[in-house]
Amino acid sequence: MELLQGNEAVVRGAINAGCNFFAGYPITPSSEIAHGMAELLPKFGGVFVQMEDEIASISAVIGASMAGAIAMTATSGPGFSLMQENIGYAVITESPLVIFNVMRAGPSTGIPTAPSQGDVMQARYGSHGDYPIIVLAPASVGDMYYLTVEAFKLAFKYSSPVVVLSDEIVGHMRESTTLPPLGDRVEYEKNQKNLIRGEKKHRTGLVHLDDGLPTTDLTEYEKLMKRLFSKFEDFEPKLRFEGEESVDVLLISYGSSYRLAKSAVKLLESNGISTGVLKLESLFPFPEKEVREITRDVQLVVVPEMNKGQIVREVERVCCCKVKSISYFGSLILPEQLARIVEEVL
Amino acid sequence: MKKEYAEFLRLQTLPFVWCAGCMNGVVLSSFIRAVKRTKIDKEKTVVVSGIGCSGRITQYLDFDTVHTTHGRALAFATGIKLANPSLNVVVFMGDGDALAIGGNHFIHSCRRNIDLTAIVINNSLYGMTGGQMAPTTPEGRKTKTSPYGNVERPFDISKLAISAGATYVARFTAYHVRWVEKAIAEAMLHKGFSVVEVITGCPTHQKVKPREILRYLRENYRRRKESSLEEIQPEDIGVFKKEIKPEFCDRLLKLSITHY
Repeated sequence: MELLQGNEAVVRGAINAGCNFFAGYPITPSSEIAHGMAELLPKFGGVFVQMEDEIASISAVIGASMAGAIAMTATSGPGFSLMQENIGYAVITESPLVIFNVMRAGPSTGIPTAPSQGDVMQARYGSHGDYPIIVLAPASVGDMYYLTVEAFKLAFKYSSPVVVLSDEIVGHMRESTTLPPLGDRVEYEKNQKNLIRGEKKHRTGLVHLDDGLPTTDLTEYEKLMKRLFSKFEDFEPKLRFEGEESVDVLLISYGSSYRLAKSAVKLLESNGISTGVLKLESLFPFPEKEVREITRDVQLVVVPEMNKGQIVREVERVCCCKVKSISYFGSLILPEQLARIVEEVL
Repeated sequence: MKKEYAEFLRLQTLPFVWCAGCMNGVVLSSFIRAVKRTKIDKEKTVVVSGIGCSGRITQYLDFDTVHTTHGRALAFATGIKLANPSLNVVVFMGDGDALAIGGNHFIHSCRRNIDLTAIVINNSLYGMTGGQMAPTTPEGRKTKTSPYGNVERPFDISKLAISAGATYVARFTAYHVRWVEKAIAEAMLHKGFSVVEVITGCPTHQKVKPREILRYLRENYRRRKESSLEEIQPEDIGVFKKEIKPEFCDRLLKLSITHY
């Protein structure tokens, strides 16, 4: 048993997943991840570099990944915005790497130390052009560890960037945990499309053929897009249902909002309302089939989020029942408030 | 094409995308001769480029190549070099690529003295997008985005590189091909951040015949032997800086060895 901070758990998860390259730029509330990596990477034979900005950070991470490193960066909203162009580059060049975003209140500089879940759709659609991407969402210190490890596994399974969306609450909170110790290496298979190994291959953000050379042939473009989108067809969404077999009300939630939803379920249950909670640990590709299935006989779906309602739109798209968005900014609401709203809507 | 170039090119990618009379080819062939001259291992050499006319160089070169995003080539190259310091990493950029959108990465690469070779092809404008002004466009010059004459002061790329801490800095022109070749060779062998600025021109957007540009380069650029930073004039060419200072990868790697 030990008391660990969320961001510290990310560092341990990354080191145990074999991460040996970190490039970043200081930004609250993600800086503890950089602090930990700066301290630990040299001890594990890796490289930490503080770059001149977040654009340089993601660029260096992509370059390092191409040169064979297991690479990541961590940032928060403003830095995540700066990284967007090169996230698209990482997608089209199929670079395995992990981007950690500890979300804070925005838009713009917002409130650097207030939490938010405002970057959900940016994580999915932030870079220009059309592309698929995996987005994970930890809700506890334990999740921070395990989903960081999972992010590296997925990055190398699909040879693709993976985004982890945490927030200030999960990043800065301390919890008692029983996580594997530092240095407990996790092994996994590594697929990588664009590794530099003397094969004299080309890598480019231009639409390209299988050999990496650019093309403007629209048939080839369509082929590339179809292949990129089909990469995640066998992706198994990470979600957890808690509750009785059939419930009247289902709360669908992720990240710090999941903690609120879980508390509210208890209150609702004690008031005689049969309620369950579906925790999304992966947000994208959105688990359409699973959410449709699980909400089939539910009367009401409630989606509490620390934004104006982002993942709720995905939920609405796939559910047939009544869907209620509950939105709050800068902090969680009380479980009592959430329970009261649910009772009113019901 | 000469056989000496053919073995370094992806012949299936030819012809070049560049306009007739473009001097990027001169820089490309100088680079190939420099590679031959230094006998560096082709399999251990990565060529990185940014966006713009110069950015296309990587698709023609038969090396491990990375065509990155606009302005970011040096940041990508930093990651490549740090992850595998045994690689020779050469970065081609244009003047807008290196000094405008990529200006921040340029000065910080100089400051870190990371062992990369940066070749900046300076045609003093944005070619691929249609001939707009760049941070290297001389004052008064008319371009598509300075139709009444440029009212901004230009950067002197070499002086900026020296001031920011680059440890090898040379400037030559597309007319002085042998010197360009020698400077690129020296830069690749130099341990530390090296900058080779090659002054070219853009026949298409400047609407000047290529031979007139070459004549101008021949008649106006003068080689200087030793000169202090203050003395370097925009039309001076030569090797302005060559010194050995602690290199970034070495220093970072030493941390790993000490704390491992």
